[in-house]
Amino acid sequence: MSQSCAPRVRIGPRVSWRGARAKAIGWQLAVLAVAMALVATVAVQTAINLRARGIASGFDFLSRPAGFEIARGLFSFSSRESYARALLVGLLNTVRVSFLGIAIASVLGLSIGIARLSGIWIVSTVSRAYVELVRNTPLLLQLLFWYTLSQGLPAPSDALNPLPGVYLCFRGLFLPAPIWHDGFPWIGVEAPTLAGFGFQGGISISPEFAALLVGLSTYTAAFIGETVRGGILAVGRGQIEAAAALGLSRPHALRFVVLPQALRVIIPPSTSQYLNLFKNSSLSVAIGYPDLMSITNTTLNQTGQAIEAIALAMAVYLTVSLAVSAAMNLYNRATLRRGGGA
Amino acid sequence: MRPAASLATRVPMFADRTNTIATIALGALLAYLAYAFGQWAFVHAVWRLPADAGSLPCRAARGEGACWAVVVERARFMFFGSYPPGAQWRPAVVCLLFVSVYAASVMRTFWSRWLLASWIAVSAAAVVLLRGGWLGLADVPSESWGGLPLTFLLSTVGFTLAFPVAVLLALGRRSTLPAIRTLSVVYIEVVRGVPVMTFLFMAAVMFPLFAPQGFAVDKLVRAQIAFVMVTAAYLAEVVRSGLQAIPRGQYEAAASIGLSFWPAMMLVVLPQALRVSIPPLVNTFIALFKDTSLVIVIGLFDLLGAAKAVIVDPKWVGFGAEVYLFTAAVYFGFCFVVSRFSLRLERELGRARAA
Amino acid sequence: MNEHERPESQFHVDMQAVNKWFGTLHVLRDVTLKVRRGERIVICGPSGSGKSTLIRCLNGLEAHHSGRIVVGGVELTREVKTIDQVRRRVGMVFQQFNLFPHLTVLENCTLAPIRVKKVGRKAAHDLALHYLTRVRISDQAGKYPGELSGGQQQRAAIARALCMNPEMMLFDEPTSALDPEMVKEVLNTMVSLADEGITMLCVTHEMGFARQVANRVIFIDGGRILEDNEPDTFFRAPGHERTRAFLSQVLH
Repeated sequence: MSQSCAPRVRIGPRVSWRGARAKAIGWQLAVLAVAMALVATVAVQTAINLRARGIASGFDFLSRPAGFEIARGLFSFSSRESYARALLVGLLNTVRVSFLGIAIASVLGLSIGIARLSGIWIVSTVSRAYVELVRNTPLLLQLLFWYTLSQGLPAPSDALNPLPGVYLCFRGLFLPAPIWHDGFPWIGVEAPTLAGFGFQGGISISPEFAALLVGLSTYTAAFIGETVRGGILAVGRGQIEAAAALGLSRPHALRFVVLPQALRVIIPPSTSQYLNLFKNSSLSVAIGYPDLMSITNTTLNQTGQAIEAIALAMAVYLTVSLAVSAAMNLYNRATLRRGGGA
Repeated sequence: MRPAASLATRVPMFADRTNTIATIALGALLAYLAYAFGQWAFVHAVWRLPADAGSLPCRAARGEGACWAVVVERARFMFFGSYPPGAQWRPAVVCLLFVSVYAASVMRTFWSRWLLASWIAVSAAAVVLLRGGWLGLADVPSESWGGLPLTFLLSTVGFTLAFPVAVLLALGRRSTLPAIRTLSVVYIEVVRGVPVMTFLFMAAVMFPLFAPQGFAVDKLVRAQIAFVMVTAAYLAEVVRSGLQAIPRGQYEAAASIGLSFWPAMMLVVLPQALRVSIPPLVNTFIALFKDTSLVIVIGLFDLLGAAKAVIVDPKWVGFGAEVYLFTAAVYFGFCFVVSRFSLRLERELGRARAA
Repeated sequence: MNEHERPESQFHVDMQAVNKWFGTLHVLRDVTLKVRRGERIVICGPSGSGKSTLIRCLNGLEAHHSGRIVVGGVELTREVKTIDQVRRRVGMVFQQFNLFPHLTVLENCTLAPIRVKKVGRKAAHDLALHYLTRVRISDQAGKYPGELSGGQQQRAAIARALCMNPEMMLFDEPTSALDPEMVKEVLNTMVSLADEGITMLCVTHEMGFARQVANRVIFIDGGRILEDNEPDTFFRAPGHERTRAFLSQVLH
């Protein structure tokens, strides 16, 4: 959105300049006083409560051993390691699912946005139905749905085997992993083998991760699709006519004339969608994927230090959000200078 | 007026062979999928279970036919949670009240100052009716409230209470007084920069630490406060955009007829700002409506929570797909209808403004 | 030569009893028009008369509902193939210029030759510079359209159309969106084009241009061609009374 013509017109009877200034300062002091009083009361009461319940304060707990395991994942974590490391692992998991989710959602969203504008009725209607369906149901419900589907898969002993070395069961998706021998690019492939209650070896993708990834990607893709559609429609009609008059085919016109101009309109709102995906990854708590939010939850349950744990999590999410917003502002200013859209 | 927006109608790139082939191929695929789904969802589905057969018929049909019997048998629980069965007419009435208020809000004919009051009135009536304890009605503590009424309650009360806070925040953000502006900006940016989940955790775990000893606040109330805090920040941005859209002349005109700040705001600027903001306002409400489903994580049972509780029951384990599809249909029905009405409202207002 | 071309078409444009509707609005009524190669036609008429629609039907930007349109021997149908063929040989200049704002002037000109005609990058580059020099804005080649004046943008648009080496140029009110002091530079460019023998159909209000360059001036009103004469007769002794009324309003 354009910078505002925000009228800061002073409404009201004209007061003498010095009088107005005094009033302004007075109001601000009053508001600040009230705010501080509120904070102080709460703080005092909280301190009393914490002492009464024997809950520690401060961030020392971070260096204590966590005492819980984190389910298999990219990063190993044993119960002897510290809470701090546990939270770090959680954060890395959040970043992992967010990055992948954003990548998939972008590609999917772009396709959906273009599909919405297709001249083939079936394509535009089906993509429209998809967008409406996904946008009008809660994300949590979709995540639970995908997770439930994964749990309906057969047991490891009866796992689906669509391709050699690829197994799909309710414990997850198992893929063959490349092995490096002394620095040579992969000489062999290690296939997963049935062992006990699950599979050993190979790359495993947990159903929690898969459900979260699929749910987040499909949900965000719907919103990005609408943004893409709006961006393309925002490109002036004359642009498409000029491209057509020059003999450019529809795909060429889209690629060289429409999309470059549309992207300028698409990128800012898409960035906020990406941030939403990042924040929505916190729903992992409901599925059991050990990301930052889940591990924060476990930590505060075990240590009882809710304030520190939640504040820490909020700080992390907030830092990322603000950093991305700042970057987006810089980008906006840069494009405006370059002599942007139509 | 404008033809349906597609790249094809913008410049007539005429129908051709590829178009027809694609239509036929995709049509065939779609028809097959629809057929397969229809077989599962309708033809081979199990609708009812005989009295004491457990869930065997359903399990036998697993994979081939949907088990809608779970929905049929547990519908009451899915809609009303663990509310005492004998008194379930009360949550039903509450749901009807909420639906009527929403319906009235999207139809221009019902707009008046009374509509605003009715949101508050219906919310209050809902709480009172659900709680009971008067005039012979049984007392039902909030722990037993659940299902659809809870979703409606959290959304409506959340939106209603967040609104005035949002207006204050928006005005604060536009204020020339640095302290007030800073406080508003900090609040809005912090709340919008963190996941809603963190606020719900705050509500569940941190708020009890803030309250004086022995003053136990209802978990439902705490969750409600969390939703109000979050919604206020998002609504504040919507209101702020609306305020920015009002031309400077309106502010000046209000000042010139002698209106001081608050009367000008209430009588001239805000009504116009809100009128302009209707689509994003409705979107925010729909987002809140969907976000109430997050209370499942802190142990409250709204519509989604009740659904999840159904499939924990050993009798119904494994039929999550059916239960979730049904719940999705309810959410979809509500959200889709509301957004359609909002589009219609937008068109009507556009016409009225142009006239 | 494919099945759509007929070798013995002596007309560059052949419109036969063309009708078009916008919803219930009958925009073109039984329009019949024949244009020879190298002819320069000016089309004028009151707003809403269908003059823009007429030339936009000639390169498929608008679809006609009945009648036949044959351009350069190719009949325009709803098939993409015929339309693409026509668009390769017909250039169009728009009232709103419609330059691509995200590309430099040079890139605007080379885009179509490279992508449609598969001309090599170097060859397209030279071609573009050639035409940009012709319209006298070669020094602006590296700039973005937003940095040019209206007259410069329209001349760039003309160069862009010329880079496809069209046999025919369509102009849809090319000077109507320009400030008066820039109209002349664009008209001069168009006059120099006329001297090259390229077929031109121009919708415009600039009667001086019509007098100077046109072989025929056409008056269209209410979707019908009411007058079609060489300029001398057209301006001196128009046959139709509506033509007279229009001219009296436009020429003062």
